[in-house]
Amino acid sequence: MKKLLIYLKNYRIQCFLAPLFKMLEAVFELFVPLVIAYLIDHITASDAQGDNSFVLKCFVILIVLGIVGLISSCTAQFFAAKAATGFSRDLRHDLFKHLINLSYSEIDDLGTSTMITRMTADVNTVQNGVNMFLRLFLRSPFIVAGAVVMAFTIDVKAALLFLVIVAVLFITVGLIMKANIPMLKKVQSGLDGILGLTREDLSGARVIRAFNVEERRQDEFEEANGALAGTQLKAGYISGLLNPLTYVIINLAIVMLISIGNIQVSKGALTTGGVVALYNYMSQILLELIKFANLIVTINRALASANRISDVFEITGADASSASVDTPAALRDSGEKYILEFDDVSLRYMEGADEALSNISFAVKEGETIGIIGGTGSGKSSLINMIPGFYKATSGTVYVDGQDIKTMDDDTLRGLVGVVPQKAVLFAGTIGDNLKWGNKDASDEDMEEAVRLSVAEDVVKTKGGLGADIEQGGRNLSGGQRQRLTIARALVKKPRILILDDSSSALDNMTDRTLRDNIKKLDYKPTVFIVSQRSASVRDADRIIVLEDGMMAGIGTHTELMKNCDVYREIYESQFGKEMDETPERRAK
Amino acid sequence: MALDTSGFVPKGNLNTDETALGKSGRKDTVRKVLKRLSGYRFLIIISLILAAVSVLFTLMVPIKIGDAIDCIEQLASGADSASGPVLQRAITDSLIKAAVFALIVGVSTYVMNLINNRITYHTVRDIRNDTIEKIGTLPLSYLDSHSQGDIVSRVVADADQFADGLLMGFTQAFTGIMTIIGTLVFMLRMNVAITLVVVCVTPLSLFIARFISSRTFKMFKKQSIERGEQTALIDEMIGNAKVVKAFNKEKDILERFDEINGRLSESSLKAIFYSSLTNPCTRFVNAVCYALVAMTGSYFAIMALGGNTGRVISGITVGTLTVFLSYANQYTKPFNEISSVISELQGAVACAARVFEILDEPSEVNDPDVSELKDVDGMIDIKDVDFSYVPDKELITDLNLNVTPGQRVAIVGPTGCGKTTMINLLMRFYDVDAGSISVDGTDIRKVTRDSLRSSYGMVLQDTWLTSATIADNIRFGAPNASMEEIVEAAKASGAHSFIRRLPDKYDTYIGEGGAELSQGQKQLLCITRVMLNIPPMLILDEATSSIDTRTEIRIQNAFHKMMQGRTSFIVAHRLSTIRESDVILVMKDGHIIEQGDHNTLLARGGFYYELYNSQFTDSAPKQ
Repeated sequence: MKKLLIYLKNYRIQCFLAPLFKMLEAVFELFVPLVIAYLIDHITASDAQGDNSFVLKCFVILIVLGIVGLISSCTAQFFAAKAATGFSRDLRHDLFKHLINLSYSEIDDLGTSTMITRMTADVNTVQNGVNMFLRLFLRSPFIVAGAVVMAFTIDVKAALLFLVIVAVLFITVGLIMKANIPMLKKVQSGLDGILGLTREDLSGARVIRAFNVEERRQDEFEEANGALAGTQLKAGYISGLLNPLTYVIINLAIVMLISIGNIQVSKGALTTGGVVALYNYMSQILLELIKFANLIVTINRALASANRISDVFEITGADASSASVDTPAALRDSGEKYILEFDDVSLRYMEGADEALSNISFAVKEGETIGIIGGTGSGKSSLINMIPGFYKATSGTVYVDGQDIKTMDDDTLRGLVGVVPQKAVLFAGTIGDNLKWGNKDASDEDMEEAVRLSVAEDVVKTKGGLGADIEQGGRNLSGGQRQRLTIARALVKKPRILILDDSSSALDNMTDRTLRDNIKKLDYKPTVFIVSQRSASVRDADRIIVLEDGMMAGIGTHTELMKNCDVYREIYESQFGKEMDETPERRAK
Repeated sequence: MALDTSGFVPKGNLNTDETALGKSGRKDTVRKVLKRLSGYRFLIIISLILAAVSVLFTLMVPIKIGDAIDCIEQLASGADSASGPVLQRAITDSLIKAAVFALIVGVSTYVMNLINNRITYHTVRDIRNDTIEKIGTLPLSYLDSHSQGDIVSRVVADADQFADGLLMGFTQAFTGIMTIIGTLVFMLRMNVAITLVVVCVTPLSLFIARFISSRTFKMFKKQSIERGEQTALIDEMIGNAKVVKAFNKEKDILERFDEINGRLSESSLKAIFYSSLTNPCTRFVNAVCYALVAMTGSYFAIMALGGNTGRVISGITVGTLTVFLSYANQYTKPFNEISSVISELQGAVACAARVFEILDEPSEVNDPDVSELKDVDGMIDIKDVDFSYVPDKELITDLNLNVTPGQRVAIVGPTGCGKTTMINLLMRFYDVDAGSISVDGTDIRKVTRDSLRSSYGMVLQDTWLTSATIADNIRFGAPNASMEEIVEAAKASGAHSFIRRLPDKYDTYIGEGGAELSQGQKQLLCITRVMLNIPPMLILDEATSSIDTRTEIRIQNAFHKMMQGRTSFIVAHRLSTIRESDVILVMKDGHIIEQGDHNTLLARGGFYYELYNSQFTDSAPKQ
């Protein structure tokens, strides 16, 4: 929470003024019972209809107190709202910036839905907390304290009762709150539980029906749901106490107050007006305490959200993107000019986890086409994600143009690289908007060229040109159509290094081939990395890197690897197998 | 006790379907809600009685206190010594009564709270259970065509807000009205003139509150639209942060974000500020009312003391004045509450309508004369089937196919040709528009869905796992499977080797969507799930698409064993996986354009030939 307080820094004045005006309002409210007391004493003292002007004067004072209270209260609301919304705007800005700058491994770790909840629901809760805090946190204790002080000015003996009662009330409210908060947490986690189950039931509808387990799922849900209702009821036993209990305590206190007042009046130490004033102060304390208890719930919720947000800010792992920009560029002169070098690189996603990549070394010349092949989980994606610095080496060094990428500015590095990710994602906007992600200044011709190269002309045509709308996530396109457009997007960039991360999985073999041919013919000769599980996709590469369990099992041309790399041969044969021997003959038939 | 909720944004869903809320729609919803609540009739009546009791005694307490104050005043103003002890006794008496009344209020409020909680939480629980049960029976076409997030929010948030809003709103409205009437009666009994003052002034606060809320409604609407806009951007960009980073778009996106953020901040400042004026304004009205009561009350009290009271204008005592003042303080509260209760009730009805919308959807029902499908041989006949998801966009037309028991059928073709649709029809996730599909000679519409579906083992491209342990996921379809059987199945599918390496082996818990596992590993688990208990027919829809070919070769044997003697349908991109099928159906645009085994089709030199050969590039080794 402390971390988030800096976002109030810009609103220091508002944060000061809001409670101040709130306190002013409270002060005026505290005067009201005094006026009433004078009024009553005046009534009881006047034996005749006497002096009506006093009553009128009191009335005017009451109205003036009301108006001044209204003005200060409105002012306070304004400053509080201003501070709260400003606070949340700055917080959202920073949080969004932080999230979007997280490294790949941090994103993986955090999960999308968590990030979205933090950005939306949690920030809103904190905003509300700040707003209510500024408005009420000082007001309520001030009124309570003020009422006690006022009581002392009226009658010390009765005021002592006030002290005791306030203490009792605080303890009561505190205990209820303390017992209630863990219950609320339980309720929340129960709610999360049924949310998860509902989501699963929807996303898994086919599987659930195919396995005929609807009834069991229903039972599971009903059990979780019943447990939730049980927890809610239990929580209600405690939280439901708050209002009745404080009400009873205050009214018993009033009864005691009146009997003490009775004694004091008979002694002549107190007037009837005084008793009424004390009575009014006691009632005020009740109202404020309830408000205060509600405030504590709000604040507690806000604090929980704030902590969750701070935790997100906390995530700035060793590979924070800007951490090492200032360090001098570590250049390496290895004699030959390589665009990319891996020097004994290992990667571990988390401390203590197994290495995702171990001791990878290779060097690539500008314009080469490198195929990367390997089984599921062999480290293909990890390897190519290290090239634009999405994952940073745990040990060893990655060099681009002879410079350690850890000493390179992320923007410069990523400017060199065009990536076609495994998951074909497009964004809401037109096709053109999406392609311009690759290059803001791309002309229509540039984009049409890229579309042609990525065999996506028919996609653009059927959708109605570059200006055609794409829905969020590219929902109005098929998987294959999306994939081709993501390739076009990368080609618009004309990158020096082009990475195709299994990006033809949704394409049929014919399209895949045309695409590879087109890329080969690019006039700016990019260095290309093709990741695939299909041997056919990488066979034509200048060199192929074979990965197994995060280690390099071989590197070389297709023919070389067929000869001396068992893993590669096995992969190849699993896809073409005996067919190689059979097909030509069959075809000949 | 007024909780300051100004500036608090209503939770749950604001964008209710307008269609569900026409006037008749609303009436309809209310009727359904009442029907649902009728089970709690008894509790509701008790709750109402308790509310009445607590209101009555809440109003009695200040009167008793006022009585005590009157006695004190009489003692102080020097009553004769004879009446002293009487007055003292009267004071004690009033105070004891006040204390007892306060206790009664406390107890009845507490019990009422508990009862209301019970009604609320049990209603939500029942509604949720019903909704989930309903979802289990809804046709897949409904689930496919409705946003998952929307349904989830109906089940979770809307159900919550419905119960909260409706029941709390209901009791609050009742208590409020009771308080207003009660106070009115009590005040009239004490003094008509002062009562008139209170009655005239307090409704002002209601008008002010309504005025402000009608003005701020637009601001809140604007705020929620902008908030929605921002959430959409967050959802899109954070969800795809990797792509954003890959294209160095962080700055551009942040600019777009800031633009929305600025607008949002402004609109919420307006909404929060203007709506937060309600409280100070109503408090002011309250203060005016209070001052007026104090003034008029004082005059009457002075008149009473002066003995100047007639029949029409009755004088009052100091004690009565304090009672009036304390009533004046509380009288505005129910008015303010009722206005917020109205909007809460409207919100609750809107939420209820959204939930009932799901409950009212027609379920899949079995025909009355269905039988159980038993001892399936696996003969499948597809006759003249037409099907489309959208009425005017035909997808499958005039499809015919004969599958003999034990045959292995592969379906290939370009994306969108209708492969997955075939499976939807076979499993009867969707019903055919025309024609028929029969298993062992029985139309599948004449057998129960359960028995039909359990005759198929299904592995889909979409690898769905439930949040549970690996073992629980494997025994998903057969909860009673022993650990040995599970391990055996995992060995057969090849999943055992990676499970073994997990920290808790078979007891490893996988979260929602199986996030910690790779796509390939998830697919292996889905295969294992079927291996555990192999039904007489199989559907493998891209079952190995995410598994590398080497692993695939290893499980190929298991597949072979699995498919032995079972009718199987295999959909695959990788043609290598289907070479050995008995029949290969080549689909294009919803038709089967070629049909035959691998060699026949190759020899024909048609579409399949082209597809097949395109995966061997021209640079294939020339032996």
